[in-house]
Amino acid sequence: MSTAFMNQHTQSLAPGAANSPTPERQRWFLVLARNRESTLLVVLLLLIIGTGMAEPAFLSWHNARDVLLNVAITAILTAGMTVVMLMRHIDLSVSSTLGVTAYAVGSLFIAMPGLPVPLAIVAGVLIGLAAGGVNGALVTFGRVPSLVATLSTLYIFRGIDYAWVHGGQINATSLPDAFSHIATGNVLGLPILVIIAAVVLAGVGYYLKFFRGGREFYAIGSNPEAATLAGIRVNRRVFVGFLLSGALAGLAGVLWLARFGTVDASTGKGIELQVVAAAVVGSVAITGGVGNVWGATLGALLLGVINISLVVLRVSSFWQLAIQGALIVLAIVSDTLLSRRIAKWSMKKRELG
Amino acid sequence: MDTPRKLNLRFSWEAMLCVVLVMSLGLGRGLSGEFLGAANMSNLLADFTEIALMALPMTLIIVAAEIDLSVASVMGMSSALMGVLWHMGLPMPLVVVLVLAAGVLAGLFNGLVIVRLGLPSLAITIGTLAMFRGFSYLLLGDQAIADFPANWTTFGISTVGDSFLPQPFILVILAAIGFTVLLQSTAFGRSLYAIGSNQTAAHFSGVDVARTKIKLFVLSGFMSALAGIIYTLRFSSARGDNGEGFELSVVAAVLFGGVSIFGGKGSLVGVLLSLLIIGVLKNALTLYDVSSEVLTIVTGLLLLSSVLVPNIAERLRAARIKRVMAAKAVAAR
Repeated sequence: MSTAFMNQHTQSLAPGAANSPTPERQRWFLVLARNRESTLLVVLLLLIIGTGMAEPAFLSWHNARDVLLNVAITAILTAGMTVVMLMRHIDLSVSSTLGVTAYAVGSLFIAMPGLPVPLAIVAGVLIGLAAGGVNGALVTFGRVPSLVATLSTLYIFRGIDYAWVHGGQINATSLPDAFSHIATGNVLGLPILVIIAAVVLAGVGYYLKFFRGGREFYAIGSNPEAATLAGIRVNRRVFVGFLLSGALAGLAGVLWLARFGTVDASTGKGIELQVVAAAVVGSVAITGGVGNVWGATLGALLLGVINISLVVLRVSSFWQLAIQGALIVLAIVSDTLLSRRIAKWSMKKRELG
Repeated sequence: MDTPRKLNLRFSWEAMLCVVLVMSLGLGRGLSGEFLGAANMSNLLADFTEIALMALPMTLIIVAAEIDLSVASVMGMSSALMGVLWHMGLPMPLVVVLVLAAGVLAGLFNGLVIVRLGLPSLAITIGTLAMFRGFSYLLLGDQAIADFPANWTTFGISTVGDSFLPQPFILVILAAIGFTVLLQSTAFGRSLYAIGSNQTAAHFSGVDVARTKIKLFVLSGFMSALAGIIYTLRFSSARGDNGEGFELSVVAAVLFGGVSIFGGKGSLVGVLLSLLIIGVLKNALTLYDVSSEVLTIVTGLLLLSSVLVPNIAERLRAARIKRVMAAKAVAAR
């Protein structure tokens, strides 16, 4: 993408940028804008307070629990997507991986009712790893662009799911209580599922921020050639990224099974676009190199809260998609415009000395 | 990347598609006696009318290194709008014109946001995918409108004279010719390849990149609306969820046709062949009672092979050249 064009357009769009605002205003503006997560948090809080004022029942513990349970699963997928998107790649196959894993783990329980829960989770993660391995191999060894590779595996994994499930279904009654307890049980008042998700998200976030391997994801996305020259083994890192995304999708599949109990061949269909949307709203750049798990989680949380707010406010659920879509467009547009203004402002500051 | 090698591959890819098409026709004939019958051919063609209509502009967009994931949502929105306008008592021709205009507006919105703000089309059209689908639910909710006038719905299902050609398919043929001429033999079409291979270079050689891209998205909106209208007439049912998920099939068909996701490469001939292959395979497998869901595996494998096969061929050739060079070096010594 050419920056020359962008600058032209920004100039014609933002004539106000020419008359420089006072330093105080700029500082306030910069702090807020530089940290998109804080803006997102403010929007989220306003949304919660607003809905709570209109409909106090919204602020019930029961409702908060529902939001957290739903968002936890999407947020795990979004974290995986973040890792992949940081490297300028995309993983559209997460929904299919989730569906296959949920059904596979359910069948495992039917075959072995006494299966310990941790083992079931490990099995789910392994299935996810295998799916991620296929994607990673296609992208790195097969040199297939990730959009094409994961679009293909989106179809292939889902097709395998259909062929295998063949109209069947797994019901909550076939699952041991200990397993369903992941979604229904609490520790310190928080659902176990949410705690698992929080730990995983914190782990991925910490890895991305403080570990060499994590930083390499950013380096690859910002400039693949430079990353190669800097001695980063790009192929290996990309492969690991897809493994991670697959493993998280597998984990999400297990949690989905625990939460909903009922899974069939169409479980999780179409969720990939929601996940990309959450990441984008959480200011993970689709062009790579920018974003973090914290923002992505906030993005998932915002989309989740909007959905429940609409239900609570008795707004027709048909608004849900329209609002979500408008929000995504708004988020990308505002993010881009803000970052360009900041870039221009810091440039000006440098020129002035 | 050196262009000659790429060009070479592109041509061989289309030849390969021809072979695959003949093979899948043979497979269909082998699986079922009625496969090549007029009734079945008619079904086969009617079945991918909408996908084909949307794949044509999508080809141009991907050649220009952009993408439009909102096509199926625009299609659904057009279908819903068609139902609502008809229920408001407007005459059918006016309804069609208004729906097409709405499609143009949707495309214009995509184009303006992407081009004027210089934003990635993948992200924006994922957003408008949700937004336009949302609008279609807002328009119709979960109800369906089915009472379209009979003389219009028969257009959706009848054939041309005594032939097997479904009437709506004439639109596909006309559009295919139009788009092929547009992409392959006009300055506009050549400029798309230029934009797709190097946008900056295209700009400095006098191509109005911004305007060209906006035109592409408008074109895509228009064709998606047309697809929505035909789909509605074919099933005489306007629903908000019409065509859900079609965007991935459209992109898959274009990529399988040999168009590079990175832009600058591919032809409409390849895409038309790819559409035919997917249609034939889908139809043949359905006749053979293979569940249509298993076909999703086939779609995925086809899509993968479109990139993997040329890649592997390329590597094999590179390895052979290396071997020959090594042998020559040894002989020279």
